[in-house]
Amino acid sequence: MDLQILLLLGQDGLTNGAIYALLALALVLVFTVTRVIFIPQGEFVTYGALTLAAIQAGKTPATIWLAIALGVVVFLVDAIIALRARAYRRLPRLAALTLGVPLAVAGLLHGLDVATLSLPLQILLTLAVVAPLGPLLYRLAFQPLASAPVLVLLIVSVAIHMALMGLGLVFFGAEGFRTPAFSEGSMDVGPATLQYQSLWIVGVSLVLIVALYQFFDRTLTGKALRATAMNRTGARLMGISTTLAGKLSFLVAALMGAFSGVLVSPVTTLYYDSGFLIGLKGFVGAIIGGLVSYPVAALGAILVGLLESFSSFYASSYKEVIVFTLIIPVLLWRSLTTRHVEEEE
Amino acid sequence: MRRLTLLAATLAALGANLAHADITVGVSLSATGPAASLGIPEKNTFALLPTTIAGQKVHYIVLDDATDPTAATKNVKKLTSENKVDVIVGSTTTPNSLAMADVAAETETPMISMAGSAIVVEPMDAKRYWVFKTPQNDAHMATAIVEHMTTHGVKTVAFIGFADAYGEGWWKEFAKIAEARKLKIVASERYQRNDTSVTGQTLKILAAKPDAVLVGAAGTPAVLPQKTLKEKGYKGLVYQTHGVANQDFLRVGGKDVEGAYLPVGPVVVANQLPNDNPVKKAALEYVKKYEAAHGAGSVSAFGAHAWDASILLQHAVPVALKKGQPGTKEFRKALRDALEGTTNVVASHGIYNMTPQDHMGFDQRARVMVQIQNGTWKLEK
Repeated sequence: MDLQILLLLGQDGLTNGAIYALLALALVLVFTVTRVIFIPQGEFVTYGALTLAAIQAGKTPATIWLAIALGVVVFLVDAIIALRARAYRRLPRLAALTLGVPLAVAGLLHGLDVATLSLPLQILLTLAVVAPLGPLLYRLAFQPLASAPVLVLLIVSVAIHMALMGLGLVFFGAEGFRTPAFSEGSMDVGPATLQYQSLWIVGVSLVLIVALYQFFDRTLTGKALRATAMNRTGARLMGISTTLAGKLSFLVAALMGAFSGVLVSPVTTLYYDSGFLIGLKGFVGAIIGGLVSYPVAALGAILVGLLESFSSFYASSYKEVIVFTLIIPVLLWRSLTTRHVEEEE
Repeated sequence: MRRLTLLAATLAALGANLAHADITVGVSLSATGPAASLGIPEKNTFALLPTTIAGQKVHYIVLDDATDPTAATKNVKKLTSENKVDVIVGSTTTPNSLAMADVAAETETPMISMAGSAIVVEPMDAKRYWVFKTPQNDAHMATAIVEHMTTHGVKTVAFIGFADAYGEGWWKEFAKIAEARKLKIVASERYQRNDTSVTGQTLKILAAKPDAVLVGAAGTPAVLPQKTLKEKGYKGLVYQTHGVANQDFLRVGGKDVEGAYLPVGPVVVANQLPNDNPVKKAALEYVKKYEAAHGAGSVSAFGAHAWDASILLQHAVPVALKKGQPGTKEFRKALRDALEGTTNVVASHGIYNMTPQDHMGFDQRARVMVQIQNGTWKLEK
C-alpha cells in the first residue's frame, strides 16, 4: 500500500464518516430527549435524496402526500382533544402547523417550475417537504407512549421504519436515483485527488455540527432540550414542555437526515431501502458514544467510515462483517468501564 | 319438477364446462422487494398476453412473491391446490424458482421459470423433469463476454461483483471460462448492493492494472463500480452483465457508464438487428406491444422472458390438448412433454430447441454484444 492509496482510502472514509456522524448525532439527540432508539433515521436520508431527485426531474415528490396525510391525521386527533377541552383558541395555531405547513409546501411545489430552480432552492424545498415528517411522526407514534419503557419505544420505531421503507417503494419505485454534484470535478492535492463533493460533505457536516453545538449552548430552546435530556421530570417542573422538546428533537433529526441524503446522493445511487444500512452505521457510531455523548458519537461514526473504507480494500467480501463486529468490543469496553445504572421506570 | 330441471341444467352446464375447460396459468413473480425492477415489467407483460390459445380460453392468475422464497412457495401451493392450475410460470429470481420447483414436481405441474441461473434446470433430475426456463443461462452470457475480451486483445482482467448469489454465480462461471480461454484474472472483489462507496475495491483493482474489468452486478447498483473506476482514471475496457439491461441503468449511470460492453438478449436491440436475423420479427412484435401500452423506450429484457414463456405455451398447448383436457393430470403431463419437445420455436430472445437434457434450449443466437453509446445500447457488429 502506498501513500496515494492511503490518502484516497482516508478521504473516502472521512466522507462517509461525516455522513454517519450527522446521523449519529441525530440519533443521540433523539435518544437523550425522548429515549427513542430511532431506527427510521435512515429513511429520512433516502426520503431527502429521492425527494430532491423527484424535484429535479420536475415531478411532484410523493413524500409531500405523506406529509399532508400525516398532517390531516394529527390535526384531527389534536382538534378532537382541543374540542373536548373546549380550548377553541388552540385550533387556528394547530391548523396552521399541521395542515398549513405541508399544504403551503405542496402549493409551492405545484406553483413553481421546480425543475428549473437553482440547486440551493431545490434543497430548501426538499427539506421543507421531509422535515415536517419528523414532528408529525412523533406526535402520532411516540407522544402517546412518552412514558413507555425503552423496549416498547424501540418496537414502535422498528414498525415505523418498516412502514416508511414500504412507502418509499410505493413513492419512488424499486430503482435508485442520483442527483448532480454541488460542484463537479476534483482537484489535486499532492499525490491524491480530492472530489469537490467530498469537500462539500465534510465541510457542511462540520458546519452543521458547530451549528448544533451553538444551538444547544446558546439558545433557550437548545438549553431546554438539554435539560429534558438530563432529567425529564426536573425539566417539566421548570416549565419546559417535554412534548415540545420531543417534537423539536424529531424535527432536528429529520432535518439532519434529509440533509445527509441530499449531501450523499451525488456520490452514490440511493434506493428506497438504502437508508437502513446507512442509519445502522450511524447507530454504531452513536453506540460508541454510549448514546449520550455527542463528540464521542461523532468520532465513533468517523471511525466506522474509516474502518469501512480500509476493510473494503483489504477484504471486500467481509466489509460489513468487520464494520458491525466493531460493536462487540465497544459494548464490552463500555460495560466494563461504565457503572451500570438501573433505568428508572 | 322444477327442481329436477334445475339439476339437469346444472349438470349440463358442468358437462359443458368439462368439455371446454379453460386453461389456467398460475404466475408467481417478484413485483416488489429487491427484484422488483425485474418483476414489474414481467407483471406488465402478462396483461398483454393472448387470452385464447388454440381456441381455448386462458386465465392468468398473477401473484406477487415479494422476492421471498417462502412467499413464492406459498403462492405456488395455493395455485396448485386451490386454483388447480395447468402450468406455473415464475418466479423472477433463482432462489424463488428453486423453492417453487419442489411444489411443481410434487404436484406434477409443468413450470416455466424466468430466472437467470442454470441451476434452475441443471443438472437434470426427477425434480427438474417438470421445470423449464426462458432466460439465457449465465454461462451463455459469460462466454460471450470472454469471447469479446479475447478478440479485443484483453490479457488480464479484474472482477468486481455483488457479495451475494448473483455475484458468486457470475464469478464462478466467468472464472471457469476465462481460465479455459487463457485470460489471467488479477483481482476479484465484492461489494454490497446498498454500498455507498467502492473506493477500496477500485483502488485494489487499479493497483493490479487489468486490461478489462467485469462488473458482476445487476440493475442500477452496477453503476457504482464503473463510476468509481472512471473517477479514479481507469482507461481500460469495462464489461457489465445482462442484469443491467434496462432504462433505469442508463438513467442513473448517465455519462459514467458510456463505453461499457455487455451481452444482452436480441430483444433489447430489436430495431438494430439485421433484417436476416431470425429473431428480429418476434422481438419487434413484443417491443411494439409493450411500448404501445407503456410508452416508448419502456421495454426491457426482463418482461420479454415472460413473453417468451407465453410463446412456449402457445406452441405446446395445441399438442397437449390432443392428449387430455385442461384441468386434468393427463393434460399437465402432456403439456410437460410438449414443452420438452419444443423445436425451432422463435421467441423474442432467441430460438428454443428443448431436449430431455436441456430445458432452456437457447443457442448462441440468443445473445448479442452491445456497447453503451450516447446513453443507449448500440449493437456490436
